[in-house]
Amino acid sequence: MNLSRKWLNEFVEITAGDKEFAEAMTLSGSKVELTRSLGAEISNVVVGRIEKMERHPDSDHMWVCRVDVGKGEPVQIVTGAWNIHEGDLVPAALHKSTLPGGKKIERGKLRGVLSDGMLCSLSELGLDTRDFPYGVITAAALLNDYKPIDPDKPSIPADIRPGDKIYGPVVAAEVLECMPLGDGSYHTCMMVKDATVCPDIRCDNVHVGDMVAYNEKTDSICTLADLRAEQREFPHCIPDGIFVLREDCKPGDDIRAVTGQDDRVVEFEITPNRPDCLSVIGLAREAAATFDKPCRFHQPEVKGGGDGVLTELLDVETPDPELCPRYTARMVRSVKIGPSPKWMRERLRAMGVRPINNIVDITNYVMLEYGQPMHAFDYRYVKGGKIVVRRAAEGEELTTLDGNVRRLNSGMLVIADDTRAVGLAGIMGGLNSEIAADTADVVFESANFDGTTIRRTALALGMRTEASAKFEKGLDILNTLPAVNRACELVEQLGAGEVLDGVIDILNYVPQPTVLKVEPEKINALLGTEVSENVMYTILQKLGFTTTKERGTIQVPSWRGDVKEMADLAEEVARFYGYNNIPTTLMRGQTTLGGYSPEQKLEQKLGAVCRACGYDEIITYSFISPAWYDKIGWPKDHPGRESFRILNPLGEDTSIMRTTALPSMLDILARNFNNRNKDVRLYELGRVYAPGGADGLADERQVLTLGAYGEGFDFYDLKGAVEAVLRDIRAEEVRFEGPDGVHLPCAAYHPGRTASVWAGPVCIGVLGQIHPAAAKNFGVDGELYCAELSFDALFQVRGADPEYVPLPRFPSVTRDIAVVCAEAVTVGELERAIRSGAKGLLKEVSLFDIYRGKGIEEGKKSVAFNLVLRADGRSLTSEEADADVKSILETLESQLGAVLR
Amino acid sequence: MKEQLSKIKSEALAAFGQVSTPAALDELRVKYLGKKGELTAVLKQMGRLSPEERPAMGQLANDVRAALEESIERAAQKLAAAALEARLKAEALDVTIPGKAPKQGHRHPMYIALDEIKDIFVGMGFTVLDGPEIELASYNFDKLNAEEGHPSRDWSDTFYFDRDSRVMLRSQTSPMQVRAMETMPLPIRIIAPGRVYRKDEVDATHSPMFHQVEGMVIDKNVTMADLKGTLNLLAEELFGKGTVTRFRPHHFPFTEPSCEMDVQCHKCGGAGCPTCKGEGWIELLGAGMIHPSVLRMSGIDPEQWSGWAFGMGLERTAMRRFKIADLRLIFENDVRFLEQF
Repeated sequence: MNLSRKWLNEFVEITAGDKEFAEAMTLSGSKVELTRSLGAEISNVVVGRIEKMERHPDSDHMWVCRVDVGKGEPVQIVTGAWNIHEGDLVPAALHKSTLPGGKKIERGKLRGVLSDGMLCSLSELGLDTRDFPYGVITAAALLNDYKPIDPDKPSIPADIRPGDKIYGPVVAAEVLECMPLGDGSYHTCMMVKDATVCPDIRCDNVHVGDMVAYNEKTDSICTLADLRAEQREFPHCIPDGIFVLREDCKPGDDIRAVTGQDDRVVEFEITPNRPDCLSVIGLAREAAATFDKPCRFHQPEVKGGGDGVLTELLDVETPDPELCPRYTARMVRSVKIGPSPKWMRERLRAMGVRPINNIVDITNYVMLEYGQPMHAFDYRYVKGGKIVVRRAAEGEELTTLDGNVRRLNSGMLVIADDTRAVGLAGIMGGLNSEIAADTADVVFESANFDGTTIRRTALALGMRTEASAKFEKGLDILNTLPAVNRACELVEQLGAGEVLDGVIDILNYVPQPTVLKVEPEKINALLGTEVSENVMYTILQKLGFTTTKERGTIQVPSWRGDVKEMADLAEEVARFYGYNNIPTTLMRGQTTLGGYSPEQKLEQKLGAVCRACGYDEIITYSFISPAWYDKIGWPKDHPGRESFRILNPLGEDTSIMRTTALPSMLDILARNFNNRNKDVRLYELGRVYAPGGADGLADERQVLTLGAYGEGFDFYDLKGAVEAVLRDIRAEEVRFEGPDGVHLPCAAYHPGRTASVWAGPVCIGVLGQIHPAAAKNFGVDGELYCAELSFDALFQVRGADPEYVPLPRFPSVTRDIAVVCAEAVTVGELERAIRSGAKGLLKEVSLFDIYRGKGIEEGKKSVAFNLVLRADGRSLTSEEADADVKSILETLESQLGAVLR
Repeated sequence: MKEQLSKIKSEALAAFGQVSTPAALDELRVKYLGKKGELTAVLKQMGRLSPEERPAMGQLANDVRAALEESIERAAQKLAAAALEARLKAEALDVTIPGKAPKQGHRHPMYIALDEIKDIFVGMGFTVLDGPEIELASYNFDKLNAEEGHPSRDWSDTFYFDRDSRVMLRSQTSPMQVRAMETMPLPIRIIAPGRVYRKDEVDATHSPMFHQVEGMVIDKNVTMADLKGTLNLLAEELFGKGTVTRFRPHHFPFTEPSCEMDVQCHKCGGAGCPTCKGEGWIELLGAGMIHPSVLRMSGIDPEQWSGWAFGMGLERTAMRRFKIADLRLIFENDVRFLEQF
């Protein structure tokens, strides 16, 4: 919501500077986003009067002007514009002045002639002809500016003389006299051969000595369009030039005051509970309470007396009363459409609204002032003199003011006449009843519509307008009548038409005022303050709350639909007592034992061990592309493909809730790989979302995902990290199972380099090298390694706290053995055989070498282990150790055919 | 014999004094004290002496031996010391060569910020709650006073899983307030961090998925002054002692009165600068006293109990804490970014 400080001051006198105003309003609840000064970029630009104009000695289109700028000697300014005349008042940017867009003007020479500044056009002041409709420039085709397209075949001879025929009734004429009349027209005298003619013209670029094309039949001079000429044939006859002022001003006046650019505009962020603040009056009320100043609101007064009887001319029906709680209308006849006055255009522009014409501007003005959207129809298009506020028919079409054809349905509310819709209620009018230049009779509508209907309609049609944004928040039903009266008052004030007596006012819902108990002790108990009852009443009354006959109660004003109970009153009190004056206290009451749950502690532990292993933490999106399931090679019937699907995603890429975190990890690995990051190790403890939770929600579980690649990084590096995680949480009976040849743990992995991870009977997850095809799908031509571990399984297999085991008191015996076995025999099998063959003295087995090659038969390998043997109660003898080793070797041979090398 | 002994002694001591290697010293020891050494050879002649001469000569011989042994020991120590010194000299390193870095993992910066916040509240007796991200609209909206028709329920703002707009991705962590009220015994002190989702296109300050922390206290006689006190403490813990805050009125459907808390811009100290967009203040969080109808909907009597709640965005807090300029970095997970924290 924008607010013009000048407009605000009409209702409440606030002298605070920008910063002070912004801060005070923000702290009382109307957050100021920004304050801008409209003409902030304009400096040292004043009104100048052109005293004398002479043609530039070295240019065929420039003028040297002597300009009175209101102080001492006139200044000399050179301009290329042809629309000015002696006596004109114009904006003059003096030496060392600034203009919008950071433009700086300094003294300089133009083709050798000194220029002490610049005369400005509307656009150079940051304005356009909508702000100053009289600033439109009409250019005559000046024959002395003619440049033939083909120099050999000019359409107009270079030596053309006054009276020479151009075509039909159009002849050449030389201007002998040209005098501005002050209303945008000029009195002229021209020589046509022997005779002179004296038409009044509206072309702005005509001067004494110019040769023009004169139409003897219409007694007017020709524009480029009249001659069907191209712009390049008359390069300087352009509809652009200096802004010739028709304002009440004198040389030396600051241009910003003249153009209304001396206002400051405050941008507010208004919260949705306060639609009343989407108006100048609403903000004036808040400002008055904030600065403790009186408000001066005014009751609109309409003289009326227009010709006709309203009820005979207009009939209103509201067949859907719940969608249209109130409909208020008045009528204006003998309307004279034209620009609205400068003060109104200035205010509209300051608030960011484009001026259009007096009637439309009045509706916008009232909407800004009262916060009540208004609409004006052209009465001649309201067939049968009847307005029906009804639901649209299914498929009914309406062309709205913006020119778009809208297809409607029965959930939408339209304003219709006897036969067709003429407007989309509360959103936008119809093109078929638009106010036009020849509109004679106008109906002003000021209604209250159901907010939800308006919001849904605007959303469905994708046309949120200023009006709909207001209606959807729920407006004050009592505001429609003052608003329509204000519109009619402005019509009379502007002389824009004759207002008919009487108002059509259909009230389908009679609002009951809200009366609340004022309970100072409860309010203070909620706020932690000691505000006196008196102060509370003072604050509430400043905001428009009124006392009632019953002591201890207060009536909520109609525009404050958000105030419903004690807590709401407490907020009003707090806002103006000052949030920052409420004391600060620390928590009291019963103490609670805070802390982390066992699950949260495990989360912390897992993260810590991953980082200790050198893995960086990542955070990835929970939603993924369904194509990612293809990328990781999941078959079409993979149960994991059953995912929660977002019906309105941002895009296909973020449309389903992941049931696996693997592709997210692969995506990040690939991004790092493509960014040429070396030796990357990552982990994520993130959620996956499987269907089948309670209440139709998801079964949300956490997965610990590891991912890595790098120079020399291999399967066993990753496995080492997974083992470290399991060791850290003291999981027991950990084992890794390779694929059994039938089932793969996951299609995303290299079938020969993947394993499932177990702790006793619990499967914890999977790890391995990513299948080269899957890696390639993510754009990586290299080895990627990943592990996926279920958080729930990790939680289940986590071991108890460690219990101290006494250190061995007797020495151990170590033995190294190397056995030769078939390639197919795994290290795991050998280890298991060693453990089963031992007779109770074996404490540790560790692999230390695998050898293939010279000395070992083809298809076989030599595997070497270090064995540690120890008895708990005595020193081992060599013989006892040897006996165990012998048994181990026998077992290896009998079970796996592995023989001592 | 006496002369022999003194000659051996003087010769040997001189030789020991000049010896420069342990091997040479050992050679000399053998030469004088070995089985076939010079002193041994002299001692072997003792038999030829008269019994009267023997004790004196024996004493002398022993003295000479002791003197030689002591001298050898001294020479050996000297040699060892020299050898150690030489070794230390030889072993000197260029200490400016970079150390061998152990590969260390890094906590994601956003979770560093979250951990701090969690620890602050856990220290004040709060419990940390987790809850579903795929949530019922009734928890995310209805029970938080955002009735049918509230703009945030629009399909343009919130992600839905069914046509009836019943199941959605939570757009805030606030549904955890309701879940806590419905399941926990009173009094309640919780925080609930987690992921939330809104239909915003990705740019430098927006992401369709981001993180919030919710906090809530319900007890007897809880006041807005308590809310201010606790949140001021949070600001001081996060941004340092003496951090200046201010509270502004605001609107949330589920709190009344509602407020937003700003911290004074650390860069300009409130004067206004680009960091705070000229305002002098940076918005930190939204908060308020729990709306009585929210309490009622969850079966808590607002006449008996009152409470306050807050919600803050984590990304913005982490970005401010580490001066991260672009939100996208948080989810891009480039290790060159991650390993800075």
